[in-house]
Amino acid sequence: MDENWRGNLPQIAARKTGKSRYSFVPLFMNELNIQNLRVEIADREIVRGLSLTVPCGEVHAIMGPNGSGKSTLAKVLAGHPDYHVTGGAVTMDGENVLELEPDERARHGLFLAFQYPSEVPGVTIANFLRAAVQARMPEGEELEATDYYAKLYEKMELLGMDRSFTSRSVNEGFSGGEKKRTEILQLAMLEPKYAVLDETDSGLDIDALKTVAHGVNSLRGPNLGILLITHYQRLLNYIVPDHVHVMVAGRIVRSGRKELALELEERGYDWTREEAGEMAVR
Amino acid sequence: MKPAILDQLMTEAQAILSGPSRRSDFPKWFRDQQHGAWSKFQTMPMPNRKDQPWRFSNVDLLDLSQFKLGAPITDNDRIEILERSRALEQVAGRLVFADDQLLQRDVLSEDLQRKGVVFQPLERAMVEHTDLFRKYFMSEPATLGSAKFAALHHSWVSSGTFVFVPRGVEIEFPIEIFHWLSGENSAVFPHLLLVADELAKVTVIEHFRSQDRQLPGFACGVNDLISGPGAKITYVCAQNWGENVIALQINSTKADHDAAAKSLNLHLGGKYSRFESLSRLIGEGARSDLLAVSVSDGNQEFDARTLQDHVSPHTASDLLYKNALKGRSRNTFGGLIRVEPHAHFTDAYQKVRNLLLDDDAEANSMPGLEILADNVKCSHGATSGQIDADEMFYLRSRGITPAIAQQLIVKGFLNEVIERLEQPAIADYLRGLIDEKFSRAK
Repeated sequence: MDENWRGNLPQIAARKTGKSRYSFVPLFMNELNIQNLRVEIADREIVRGLSLTVPCGEVHAIMGPNGSGKSTLAKVLAGHPDYHVTGGAVTMDGENVLELEPDERARHGLFLAFQYPSEVPGVTIANFLRAAVQARMPEGEELEATDYYAKLYEKMELLGMDRSFTSRSVNEGFSGGEKKRTEILQLAMLEPKYAVLDETDSGLDIDALKTVAHGVNSLRGPNLGILLITHYQRLLNYIVPDHVHVMVAGRIVRSGRKELALELEERGYDWTREEAGEMAVR
Repeated sequence: MKPAILDQLMTEAQAILSGPSRRSDFPKWFRDQQHGAWSKFQTMPMPNRKDQPWRFSNVDLLDLSQFKLGAPITDNDRIEILERSRALEQVAGRLVFADDQLLQRDVLSEDLQRKGVVFQPLERAMVEHTDLFRKYFMSEPATLGSAKFAALHHSWVSSGTFVFVPRGVEIEFPIEIFHWLSGENSAVFPHLLLVADELAKVTVIEHFRSQDRQLPGFACGVNDLISGPGAKITYVCAQNWGENVIALQINSTKADHDAAAKSLNLHLGGKYSRFESLSRLIGEGARSDLLAVSVSDGNQEFDARTLQDHVSPHTASDLLYKNALKGRSRNTFGGLIRVEPHAHFTDAYQKVRNLLLDDDAEANSMPGLEILADNVKCSHGATSGQIDADEMFYLRSRGITPAIAQQLIVKGFLNEVIERLEQPAIADYLRGLIDEKFSRAK
């Protein structure tokens, strides 16, 4: 376990008040905060000064056309080593995320549901998740097997997954729907503070989409901030966001309430592109 | 089961290069064989790296001058070794040897004895079942490079196991055999002769361990497995010698018509560990599965040579070897599929996968085919690679540290082979040994 381990304790600071009494106030908001982020891969800038705030407890959706940098943003937040952050800042409840290793970010409460999750041959879902849950426990403490399985089965039921699933190798030979369901199962088990869901709707038929959406909705609450990344409005019929952002050419070009998604569905992305162009000219 | 403890009188330690064994309690025919083998050992040249069967092998490690027969095991050591000689919960029988001395013998159930199953130390079998024993003992020549060491084994062998399963008898639980190295520079010559008669079924697991993981030692073992018509044998070798042990293991498997032979060799210990596996499919419809798993680290060298020899038509063999290499360790594989002229309708496969976990690790694979019959299905392939970066990132994105992630991926990689055994209890045990190796590496 790394030394930065802090569990879920909120960071607080003491400030002297005028009457020489101490009162405790948070130094920051409980939010995932991205400021003016710039990201390159192989010398090509993909994210170009993106700013976005997801307060804990809210669901924000990022929509955008192909190639706008949505998936890059997701991977950068999780710490993928291929991407190079050239500017900006990302904080999670005030903590600098960018200086953490990918596994540290996860232990500190960040989760990414992958668009294309990797196969891990020979490692069962049960063992994989067990290692992930164990990694969140203080050193020297062993995960209680019965508690673990009770929770695992409960979450699987929520997602309509058969128990026999636990003995299958992670994502190996899974259908698209099974993969996405497994991502949400991990989300449910790991209980992060912030979850980024990258194109969780892609490759799902309507029934699978409903199940996955049901799983996500049941996890919504004051202790979880969700960033939904999607190409289509369809997902947002089932997971209704608090805010919608439009991403074009590596930046957020427009933000609004959930109705913005409907407008996009109707008008396409072209008008936002034009607006982005205007912004660039300005 | 009652332990039958045999006391053994040993004279002063004998260097193995002063052979052959001078034990006088063996039958004359056996002692004659030992002398003959010793002459053979002396006349044969030491292996040379230029010989194809020893290509890539570090033959310099085969200096045997320091090794000698172990001194008699003290009472304290005996107690400690017996306490540590536990692996599987349920077994049909158990033998424990240390420095080639028999420490314990848990006999078979009365039922199995009544059915005629023989499970004996060599020295008893050669007296009580002389004809059967002589028919099979050291009957397969070592053709994969170690003829000289097979001769050394033959001239020194004093302990080991003879298993005979009569026609139609199926033994539910595995038979397990422990071979320990105990004293400093001890040499052992473990032997297993397993004969399964028609339609018999048996599983044998051999554990190779060192009492002190740091002490140097030498092991030169032979196991001959004979699967009669329609018989099913499974052999597992759990090699976990100490870090400074030089080990050679020479195996031959013979499968008669409709017989099935499955072997799994797990290699974890030793400074240099070589095993040669000759699988001969002599009867129509015979099948052989050759499985191996290894995890090497530090400066360890593992060396495997195999031959899948299809003598009869309608035979099948399937080799799957997976190795994970850490540190500066090396792994060599040389394997041949040979389909002899009349062995039509052969199915033969050979697959070797090396997972290189550090830049300095080195794997050399030399797969080969020699097909002299028509209508055969054969394939072979050897690959070496590293852990997939995306796979690693995926695990880390779940909060799993790089070290644990690597361990999970490696275990998953090896698991495919272990699952092929289709014996959950043994599979769990082998996975446990691999875990132990990882925790030692920390």
